[in-house]
Amino acid sequence: MLPKIIEHLAPAATVETTRRGFLMTAGAAAGALIVGFGSSPVRAAGAGAAAAAAPEPFDAYIKIAEDGTVTVLSSQFDMGQGSYNGLATLVNEELGADWSKITVEGATGDTKLYGNLSWGGAVQGTGGSSSITTSFDRYRKAGAAARMLLTEAAAKEWNLPASEITAKDGVLRHASGPSAGFGEMAAKAAQLPVPKTIPLKGRDDWSLIGNADLRRYDSRAKTDGTHDFTIDVKLPGMLTAVMIHPPKFGATVGSFDASKAKAMKGVVDVVETPRGIAVVGEHMWAALAARDAVAVTWDETKAETRSSAQIMAGYHKAVEQAPQAVARTQGDAAKALAGAAKTVEATFDFPYLAHAAMEPLNAVARMNADGTLEIWGGLQLPGLYQGMVAKAAGIDPSKVVSHIMKTGGGFGRRGTPDGDVIVEAVMIAKAIGYKAPVKVQWTRENDMRGGRYRPAYVHKLTAGLDSDGNIVAWTHHIVGQSIVAGTPFQGLIQNGIDQTSVEGASNLPYAIPNMQVGLTTMKVGVPPLWWRAVGSTHTAYATEAFLDQVAAEAGKDPLQLRLALLKDHPRHAAVLKLAAEKAGWGKKLPEGRFMGLAVHESFHSYVAHVAEISMKGGEVKVHRVVAAVDCGTVVNPDTVKAQIEGGTGFGLGAMLAEELTLGTGGVVDQGNYDTYTPLRISAMPKVEVHIVPSTEPPTGVGEPGVPSIGPAVANAIRRATGKPITTLPLTRGMQS
Amino acid sequence: MPKLNINGVDHQVDGPADMPLLWAIRDLVGLTGTKFGCGQALCGACTVHLDGYPTRSCQTFIGDLEGVKITTVEGLGGKVAETVQQVWTDLDVPQCGYCQSGQVMAAVALLTETPKPTDEDIDAALDGNLCRCATYHRIRAGVHEAARRLEA
Repeated sequence: MLPKIIEHLAPAATVETTRRGFLMTAGAAAGALIVGFGSSPVRAAGAGAAAAAAPEPFDAYIKIAEDGTVTVLSSQFDMGQGSYNGLATLVNEELGADWSKITVEGATGDTKLYGNLSWGGAVQGTGGSSSITTSFDRYRKAGAAARMLLTEAAAKEWNLPASEITAKDGVLRHASGPSAGFGEMAAKAAQLPVPKTIPLKGRDDWSLIGNADLRRYDSRAKTDGTHDFTIDVKLPGMLTAVMIHPPKFGATVGSFDASKAKAMKGVVDVVETPRGIAVVGEHMWAALAARDAVAVTWDETKAETRSSAQIMAGYHKAVEQAPQAVARTQGDAAKALAGAAKTVEATFDFPYLAHAAMEPLNAVARMNADGTLEIWGGLQLPGLYQGMVAKAAGIDPSKVVSHIMKTGGGFGRRGTPDGDVIVEAVMIAKAIGYKAPVKVQWTRENDMRGGRYRPAYVHKLTAGLDSDGNIVAWTHHIVGQSIVAGTPFQGLIQNGIDQTSVEGASNLPYAIPNMQVGLTTMKVGVPPLWWRAVGSTHTAYATEAFLDQVAAEAGKDPLQLRLALLKDHPRHAAVLKLAAEKAGWGKKLPEGRFMGLAVHESFHSYVAHVAEISMKGGEVKVHRVVAAVDCGTVVNPDTVKAQIEGGTGFGLGAMLAEELTLGTGGVVDQGNYDTYTPLRISAMPKVEVHIVPSTEPPTGVGEPGVPSIGPAVANAIRRATGKPITTLPLTRGMQS
Repeated sequence: MPKLNINGVDHQVDGPADMPLLWAIRDLVGLTGTKFGCGQALCGACTVHLDGYPTRSCQTFIGDLEGVKITTVEGLGGKVAETVQQVWTDLDVPQCGYCQSGQVMAAVALLTETPKPTDEDIDAALDGNLCRCATYHRIRAGVHEAARRLEA
């Protein structure tokens, strides 16, 4: 996502709470040191906080409790990608706490503190693989400031120079003998003013940043069942709701009869909300068992009733016309094509894709006696949701207290323009008169059929070659839905171009003199959304698979052709060379084995994939994948590897067998993992990840591992079979 | 009222015989390490051990469990389980972690039955356990490493 997002989000996001949810708990830890920045950077919690009240809202990045526990308050949301661990690393590089005593919590409520600097700073949110970029200076400074205050407090206590006091493994120490734990000095440190200048360690002095041996602080709790997700939230008297959503997008409740369901054991109520019917029970099974007993008739007047086949037929028609808007022009592509010795053409079909995160969407809402409304959930865009929740409840946004939960995956699905399941929880709680806290838990089928997919697209590419096989012209026309049109994010549309539709295509790095990239945006009633790597999920495939096809027509090696065209893009070239070298590109392969490669930049990180495959009875087996990544300065090398490994599996699964389709009448065909089929372990290749050493600013890795694996595999298949794969997923593409 | 023996403790639960074990464990007994992912025995997030055998609790019903020893991730113990959990932590296998209770339950059952599994054994035993973060590469490495440590 781009900085432009800010202009359109800012109005919704300026709502602020008077006090953030986490502070209510922080306040109980009297004597804690809380560090933040702003006009009132340091406060002692509890009474001290009130005494030090300043014009700015209470601000905090780090809490150090009396027992030495360090809590990092994260502006960034963690759906599994490891951003919490990354922020803890940044803080502790400068702080010197005991790593085993560090934990991380989500924080929100003040965009001055938590605004995403990669987006311009005015909105808090996680996306575009920006967590480390936005946090790199901010959280190191927070750690350094906290350490300076702790050493200063110790200096005063011991009457020794602060410059001679070290902070290591949670202990402050002077060579002459005195030592104290961080927790012992926290209260005293909290009384001191924050230093005006906060020097940071030089790169050569880092011990945690770039340390491949540092383990994630949260792995143990994720192996023994103690890590809590939204589904695990327990509140006294809490009820559980399940939803009956409209069977078609855009349909609404006509009428419903819940008399049978209401009579069932454990059912508390059945209520209508603007998003569908909610069955509210004492627990999940009580609600679920009663769900089928509710009879609903739907008003389908405004529903999208076209099937995927009908929608795609419309796209195919449109792709043959001139594009509605042009995203990039250089030279004269039409003229160069007309004069080309040879032209190559291909049309690519991409299906809708579901995020299908393992934790089906859910949220918890509780109205308190003091008028505050608490929400728990995957709050990827917390400021936006705060405003939406307040609106749904009809209360002032300052009354909303947000609890940001770590979630079972996300992949983009928890950053929606309408706060869907979060708002739904509030709607249900309101509909039952706020008589109890409510958890709404979607079933897998709710989740699969609930919309917000990676949109379907059709791409048409044409290349012109001169008599020496050089590419002299390139045209690319993309047809599909806009993710951001009509949402708070629509500032991303500039001159008719939704950047999320063309990213990865309009900035194609290859040196081709005549180029045109165009877009035609279609109106379809299926709610779209960003899906891990967004536009690059289809543009990387179309451009890299097509380029390989062109290379074959020109009789050129796919690696050499790319390197020749990447002279002005050394970072692309470097990852490509590294992956090719490690994979053994060009060397003789065992009988029946084939390699394909692809390179792509997304979110300012560069990734190349080389895939080694074999074909058996029309089925592809991916044996080995070698990836190379350049994401600038690396904070957590093992997390970078894990994200590229995972992104590779995620992208491979989509390429091989994922598609979400609408059948006749516009009803989603898939409901569960039997029909929507993400990658399983038996299809996971061996993956090697190589990192390009770099001192460039850090960029993200949550998404960039996804785009280039699909085309790398497709390119290997084309070398094996001679046939390009132009329809995804492969299960469909091998037939066409 | 069905009686469930979970992690060595008997629980009388107030639910109908056709209530899935998953929801009884989570909502009636209050152990939340066992996760809901699909409700149709398609993803493995809800895997528990019934008399040591890995089973999908979302398609197991509480009326059918008289005399059966149910083990959830909270009740795991012994050398194999401890080794698997330690290896999972040492290799940083989890990403979001949501499926990992089920992965760990499946891995422990596999290593108990087959102390030295091949890649094919691992694929066969764990193919029913979806991981949307695709941590499979490390799961496979984790099972091999646990086998190695257990043999040592």
